[in-house]
Amino acid sequence: MRQRTRRTAMALGGFLLLLLLPAVLPSFYLGLVTEVLIFGLFAMSLNLLLGYGGLPSLGHAAYFGVAGYTVALLSFTVTQNGWLLIFLGLAMAGVTAALFGLLALRTRGDYFLMITLALGEVLWGLAFKLRSLTHAEDGISGVARPVLNLPWSFEDDVAFYVFVLVSVTLATLLLILIIESPFGKAVVGVRENEARLQVLGYNVWLCRYLAFVLAGLFGGLAGILFIFYNRFVSPADLSVILSAKALLMVILGGAGTLAGPMIGAALLVFIENEVSSLTERWLLILGLIYVVVVMFIPAGVYGGLKAKLQRRSAV
Amino acid sequence: MSFWYLQAITGLSFAMLLFLLAAGLSLIFGLMRIINLAHGALYLVASYLSLSVMRGTGSFLLALLVGAAAVTLIGLFMERRFLNRLYRMELAQVLLTFGFLFILSDLTQWVWGGEPQIMPKPALFAGSLRLGEMMFPIYRLLVIAVGIVVAVLLGLIQQYTSLGAKVRAGVDDAEMTRGLGVDLPRLFTGVFAMGAMLAGVGGVMGGPIIGANLDAAFEILLFAFVVVIIGGMGSLKGAFLASLFVGLIDTFGKALFPEYSLFTIFAPMAIVLAIRPTGLFGRT
Repeated sequence: MRQRTRRTAMALGGFLLLLLLPAVLPSFYLGLVTEVLIFGLFAMSLNLLLGYGGLPSLGHAAYFGVAGYTVALLSFTVTQNGWLLIFLGLAMAGVTAALFGLLALRTRGDYFLMITLALGEVLWGLAFKLRSLTHAEDGISGVARPVLNLPWSFEDDVAFYVFVLVSVTLATLLLILIIESPFGKAVVGVRENEARLQVLGYNVWLCRYLAFVLAGLFGGLAGILFIFYNRFVSPADLSVILSAKALLMVILGGAGTLAGPMIGAALLVFIENEVSSLTERWLLILGLIYVVVVMFIPAGVYGGLKAKLQRRSAV
Repeated sequence: MSFWYLQAITGLSFAMLLFLLAAGLSLIFGLMRIINLAHGALYLVASYLSLSVMRGTGSFLLALLVGAAAVTLIGLFMERRFLNRLYRMELAQVLLTFGFLFILSDLTQWVWGGEPQIMPKPALFAGSLRLGEMMFPIYRLLVIAVGIVVAVLLGLIQQYTSLGAKVRAGVDDAEMTRGLGVDLPRLFTGVFAMGAMLAGVGGVMGGPIIGANLDAAFEILLFAFVVVIIGGMGSLKGAFLASLFVGLIDTFGKALFPEYSLFTIFAPMAIVLAIRPTGLFGRT
């Protein structure tokens, strides 16, 4: 209990600190922090699958991109209402995850990786080839910031940052609730010992399926925030490169920990920004980061630290 | 009429390039359970290297040897130094091959520049063959022949040699095979290196028709994965038949309905996944 109060206090303090950030930070860095929050949410959504469910998806960009494309396309043709756009984006991401989950969850482990990769690439291919709808590699640009019928306009970068911060915080709280609920425990249980949970009467398939769809929905929310932030969507937002980057963020921070994916996202976004300003060889460096993380810090920065602290307090 | 023949030749030659990649991918996945995303980068490195050798010496044979040998060595290095330390850790292995994909492909862009480059055709195979009314580009016929020869050789090795028997056994049940005294780590290294070599041969052979081109390498890697998924992981026969299917469907699809060209190969893949997640000829 005491640990819980301490955690709540720390989280509240962190939130307030982030809320005051625009007062001290130049707008360029505020943009970076906005990006960290969005990709952190994206990595956390993948972590629900990978870290807690033990399901390594190599196609998580599908929901990010589908939601982004949905918002972008509909904002020009159907409605400018931000709430409606967010709802429709989430709905499309959820439907996509519900469909993909049916196919992907027939397999495990390496086949699961392969099939999620393939399914994600189907959408990437569609975005690339349906030129009349998606403008292929040119993408869709000029998407407006959300119009939410609130007293503020989110065209302003600071207001939009606060919007993202509040959205990501609410989503994170919801994710924590899910992970700590009986359902969340069951998802971890299925990962650890499928047979035992089956005997105990759990519907193992349904646990996985719900986790899969939920991860898709949260991934979709990240995609929606990103299209509002970036005002531009292209096939890159559906690509395996983004999916693998999300995996890297989760593992770099620490899979199966709450804070890990956010820390991984922060590290990667800031490193990318620094390296890109120094050299054109960002991809080379990114490749090296993959190799180093996999070979030397498989438990992640935060995950490894946490394990070390726990071992020390156990002694 | 000649439209159909030419498209068929184009489709078949593309299919054989796909097979060169997919055969290695499929065996590596079937035996070692590794999704080797770096396969596309090996293809790319071989096509750039052979381009330079071809420009320097004019010898296509030398270009083929250098390209294939270089990426075989890279494959050996990857497997011995990295992958075999991550035995059975699927996710770590995929991310590692992803890292190599970025490192190797970015290195090629550094060394050779970002512009796509087409290799000149070897003089002997540069022209077209005239048969009555129809013209057949000889180089594409050569690619088809190389693909068929490689397929037959691989089939013979797999069917009639003890090495082939070990690979087949390993695909079926790696633990049992190891229990029977087969040196599995060495077999893994061998198969990985062979897959890399085939990707290298593919990269060199593709040089004069697809060219050394980052985007094209990504695309052909993607197609090779579709082939592996449709054909079934670990099955050479599946890889060969699915290569023919994907190569021809894609070529005709691109010519007939360009807007839906990727869809014409992804739709069959989705259907196969829905009915048989392990592919048409894969082990269930």
